[in-house]
Amino acid sequence: MRHDVFIAGYGGQGVLLAGNLLSYAAIHEDKNVSFFPAYGVEKRGGSAMCTVVFSDGDTGSPVVGHPSVSIILNQLSFDKYAAKVRQGGICIVNSTLVKCDGVDLPDVNLVQVPMNQLALDLGDVRMVNMLACGAYAGKTGALALPSLEEALKKALPERNHRLIPANIAAIRAGAAAVQG
Amino acid sequence: MSEKLFVKGNEAVAMAAIEAGCRYYFGYPITPQSDIPEYLSRELPRLGGEFIQAESEIASINMLLGASATGVRCMTSSSGPGISLKQEGISYMAGSELPGVIVDIMRQGPGLGGIDASQADYFQATRGGGHGGYRIIVLAPNSVQEMYDLTMLAFDLSDIYRIPAMVLADSVIGQMKESITANPRPAVVVPEKTWAVRGRAEEAPQNVVKSLKLGDGEMEAFHWALHARYQELGEKESRWEEYLTDDAELIVTAFGSTSRIARTSVEAARNAGFKVGLLRPITLFPFPKQAYAALSRKCKRFLVMELSTGQMVDDVHLSVARDVEVGFYGRPPGAGSLPTPEELFEQIEKAYNN
Repeated sequence: MRHDVFIAGYGGQGVLLAGNLLSYAAIHEDKNVSFFPAYGVEKRGGSAMCTVVFSDGDTGSPVVGHPSVSIILNQLSFDKYAAKVRQGGICIVNSTLVKCDGVDLPDVNLVQVPMNQLALDLGDVRMVNMLACGAYAGKTGALALPSLEEALKKALPERNHRLIPANIAAIRAGAAAVQG
Repeated sequence: MSEKLFVKGNEAVAMAAIEAGCRYYFGYPITPQSDIPEYLSRELPRLGGEFIQAESEIASINMLLGASATGVRCMTSSSGPGISLKQEGISYMAGSELPGVIVDIMRQGPGLGGIDASQADYFQATRGGGHGGYRIIVLAPNSVQEMYDLTMLAFDLSDIYRIPAMVLADSVIGQMKESITANPRPAVVVPEKTWAVRGRAEEAPQNVVKSLKLGDGEMEAFHWALHARYQELGEKESRWEEYLTDDAELIVTAFGSTSRIARTSVEAARNAGFKVGLLRPITLFPFPKQAYAALSRKCKRFLVMELSTGQMVDDVHLSVARDVEVGFYGRPPGAGSLPTPEELFEQIEKAYNN
């Protein structure tokens, strides 16, 4: 089974860290992983995006034209990339910042999670990316939550390991938000 | 098996260089390869090696020449504009029969170009690049694992054949992170460097490393000897990968990043019922002519894909049987020009149904 997920937002939302976290979680589950960051002349505040592909076998192309799952964290990325999600795919949207009412994405499961709001409720708006990862795992089941929690040790530099409990709480809140 | 690491392609190159016994690096920063000097500037001094950020690319390639002349394993890396500047030194290394590894993480050109992925330095790499009529070994990884493995191979081949070796990749392969196994250095027997200039005290005769050859017939004999070595390389060291080629009615062929994208497209084509296979050269010099010749005896249609307007396609033409139809699909480098698997699938479908 091969999974691909595209993550987009603006610089500072932790898009690349989210991609790294999912990658480490997949490695924890003995998958082969390919993480392809958009690599341009973008600066802080510009757009940030990455694609993660993981598989028991060959990861194939690191470039994905029509992702099976997209995680969209801001309006600009939604306008640009939501339509690229493949038929039958899932689009997980940060609905605090993205207005998607009335947008027609045929045959795409649009999952709205008010990530900024939930992050503020947890006490730190910087947790948006962790909520997004939790929502991804909760919605798709492609990665187990304990793998994400384990992956924090690898994805975060040692000096930030004291923040792991807060990140775990955010991952769980993201997963809980997409249940039911 | 050792633990899986999750590293960038560029970091894998640097790690492999250290594992291969390289302790000397000379370079000058340029995007998209600067992770290589960054890593080595941190690690080499700890290992008793030397990292030198030279004043220019030209200085760094000449430092490589000097270090190599003493018999040590050494490396430089750059991208298009810097690799162009290094050509004089590479030519001198070829003329002096000096090994050494040069990493080129291609970016757009000509000129300053831009930092997006490109395969438009194929000609420069595979035709030698500098003056005088020589070739260098060119290896084209298509994954982070291969960035690691082929960098080690580059050091071995370069030492065995006394020919500079290049690892040729682009910003896709250099910047992406993948799970890899940091394999130990393979047990390869490399000839002793009896030619090295190390200070032999009273021992005679004196070693001299130079590319100036003024004796009657000396240069001509040197060229024929080099030529013979290139032939031997082609026979012994050509490397390629075939994927689903056995019953294929269309062979897609691509190297590096494009081959990664194309592989997924070939898989999709198989799922759609098309008999399509992929032939990926791993060595670009020597170009694996034998693989093309063999496949083209049973499959009469080839489709070449490159991130350029077409360079490797020339080598494919030269390698396949005469009655083979060779199609081409290229995306010259530029922002937003990276093809998707869906796009390459459409091209395969078109060629297959043509």
